[in-house]
Amino acid sequence: MSEQRTGAQIMCEALIREGVEVMFGVPGGAIMPFYYAMWEYRDKLRHVLCRHEQGGGHAAEGYARSTGKIGVCIGTSGPGTTNLVTPLADAMMDSTPLLAITGQVFSHLLGKDAFQETDIVGITMPVTKHNYLVKNVEDLPYVFKEAIHIATTGRPGPVLIDITKDAMIAKTVPNWDVKLHLPGYKPTYTGNRRQIREAAEMLINAKKPLIISGNGVIMSEAAPELREFAEQLSIPVVTTLHGIGSFPEDHPLSIGMPGMHGWVHVNKAIQECDVLFNIGARFDDRVTGKVSTFAPNAKVIHVDIDPSEIGKNVKVQVPIVGDAKQVLQALLEELPSAQELSELHSRMGSWISHIREMQSKHQTRQQYFKRDENVVLPPADVYAALSKTMNERGNYRVVTDVGQHQMWAAQLLDYYRPRTHITSGGAGTMGFAVPAAMGVAIAHPEDTVWAICGDGGFQMTNQEMATIIQEGIKNIKIAVINNGYLGMVRQWQELFENKRYSGTPLSGPNFAKLAEAYYWKGITVERPEDVQAAIDEAYATDGPVLIDFRVEREVNVWPMVPQGASIGDAITDVSEL
Amino acid sequence: MKKHTIVALVQDRPGVLSRFVGLIRRRGFNIESLAVGHSETPEISRITLVVESDHVEQVVKQLYRLIEVIKVSDVTDDPTVEREMVLVKIHSTPTTRTDIISLANVFNAKVVDIGTNSMIVEMTGAPGKVENFIDVIRPFGIKEMMRTGRIAMVRGARGHQASEYVEASNGHVAQPLN
Repeated sequence: MSEQRTGAQIMCEALIREGVEVMFGVPGGAIMPFYYAMWEYRDKLRHVLCRHEQGGGHAAEGYARSTGKIGVCIGTSGPGTTNLVTPLADAMMDSTPLLAITGQVFSHLLGKDAFQETDIVGITMPVTKHNYLVKNVEDLPYVFKEAIHIATTGRPGPVLIDITKDAMIAKTVPNWDVKLHLPGYKPTYTGNRRQIREAAEMLINAKKPLIISGNGVIMSEAAPELREFAEQLSIPVVTTLHGIGSFPEDHPLSIGMPGMHGWVHVNKAIQECDVLFNIGARFDDRVTGKVSTFAPNAKVIHVDIDPSEIGKNVKVQVPIVGDAKQVLQALLEELPSAQELSELHSRMGSWISHIREMQSKHQTRQQYFKRDENVVLPPADVYAALSKTMNERGNYRVVTDVGQHQMWAAQLLDYYRPRTHITSGGAGTMGFAVPAAMGVAIAHPEDTVWAICGDGGFQMTNQEMATIIQEGIKNIKIAVINNGYLGMVRQWQELFENKRYSGTPLSGPNFAKLAEAYYWKGITVERPEDVQAAIDEAYATDGPVLIDFRVEREVNVWPMVPQGASIGDAITDVSEL
Repeated sequence: MKKHTIVALVQDRPGVLSRFVGLIRRRGFNIESLAVGHSETPEISRITLVVESDHVEQVVKQLYRLIEVIKVSDVTDDPTVEREMVLVKIHSTPTTRTDIISLANVFNAKVVDIGTNSMIVEMTGAPGKVENFIDVIRPFGIKEMMRTGRIAMVRGARGHQASEYVEASNGHVAQPLN
């Protein structure tokens, strides 16, 4: 063990030590030494050759989001690294633990506009939690250990390591016995007891409390604690887009998604509540609408591992900095016995009935099934069939792209466990679905992974269909919700710009034929009666399948809270504008 | 918008200043001045930042997101010693020379260079005094001026020794999530 290793070998060993098993990348000149060394470790470290570094980055994200482990992506210097910027920005916005390993030109060429030289450390400073340039082979063991630590602890995030070619080639005896030295990085996991007690008091005495659960609950593996907490206090639970899966949607206390495309009764409940317990969510503008009008009657408790999120958008009465799981455990300890809570439970009974009554008045999924004779294949039919089939067969995970289809996937499908709904939220990156689904499928070979995309997003990154075949991945089904538009933009143009469809009508290939060209099974669906058959055929096929659902072109996502409006003022039809 | 003086302790790693300034720029805060240099503890630097903002707590909180940032304090309302240095090249003629020199003496400023039609004066003092000096000297004609930006230190036992933070973290390992 005290023999000399090359920098590239050290990189491989460092990754293996940290439990990395898969990497997604594309080789190139500057990073060749890493690929040379990778070959020796290929039984422990699987490399997936992607068709675009962006695809590799999103695949690493899908892998990370569906497992909680770090996702690793690789690019060579220059354009290889700039192609990683989008997935890094995406991971930054959604707090995904990601490691990007990039090749850099020889140290003596730095700053001289060498072939494929780019200052990727400079470019990615705003979109990474931290990044490094390594020029010295001796630094590699420490940098890899620190980088992975930073990416996976506290509020997770993407970290980039840029390594010069000479550092990869040089040899040294690696020192694995390195202690991390991070005086400026000390995340707080245990919440302040006094604040926790105050929060418990507030919730026990609340008349109309609500829980908002976000990504932090899932990342902290706190779903069981959340469930116990909600049940003990009988408090209704709202899940944000990224919180979907943190609380089972068939639970009597689950009421749905809030915000711009959340159900009316959920937003109304928020506007009426008197205590709002927000855990692991960051009060994003898509949830709050016009912030000054958000939850006007509520005292807010905000539990977050990142102190800079507390008070950033919404004023908070009880701030609790800490890890969701640990804070919930402490809260559970502060709760009185079941007998003392019986009065609370009866109070909650009437609050919950009130919410359910609002729910029945403001229809939820049903509004999508109002039959219009002129509509041939409403998108809702597709989702209804998918929902039915997924519920029957179980063992599924849904990855979506960005746009109208994404909102429908959140509203109309069903999620019961964490890490089964994976989407690009904060950044809203089109092209996320297909590569991310690949990452999820590799991480979970036992599940059926549905990638639901629009025809626009699909065309951005679909070349990873070739990767999927090369890697022998079979458990992926792609559903293209094909309406010939950049749908969400078209909706805004219809509602706010007098139907000026500038730049939104979109043509594409015959998606099923394209799939066949990639050696997939391709199915085209144009009529409602063919929807279920196509889905069944997809399940019956032992291999990846793409279904082109040619849906009604101009359908809108409802409800909608227009940008800058109060969430209490959602509209459910064009006529309400 | 109010001006705030912020003192930060940062780990002295390559790129830390770029990250620090980048974050402030990204959040749209206007930097009036920035001074950075080594502190009393090896590998730790101190930054004094003067920024105009109505949301200074957000600046401070967001700076903590940077891995190398150890401590950030808004010392605007604390009892501090604040100093700034300025070098001014003043237009001077044989007739105005003595006036300039006597003005400089009032401010404890030093003449560090003299030429036929200009002189360079070096002045150090509290920010208010520096402003004063510049105003007073301006009528003579300022050819060139270079200011260092303010540095600040909290008076007395309060404030923060860099070594406290480095010691506290030695042997500390933040526990992983799962």
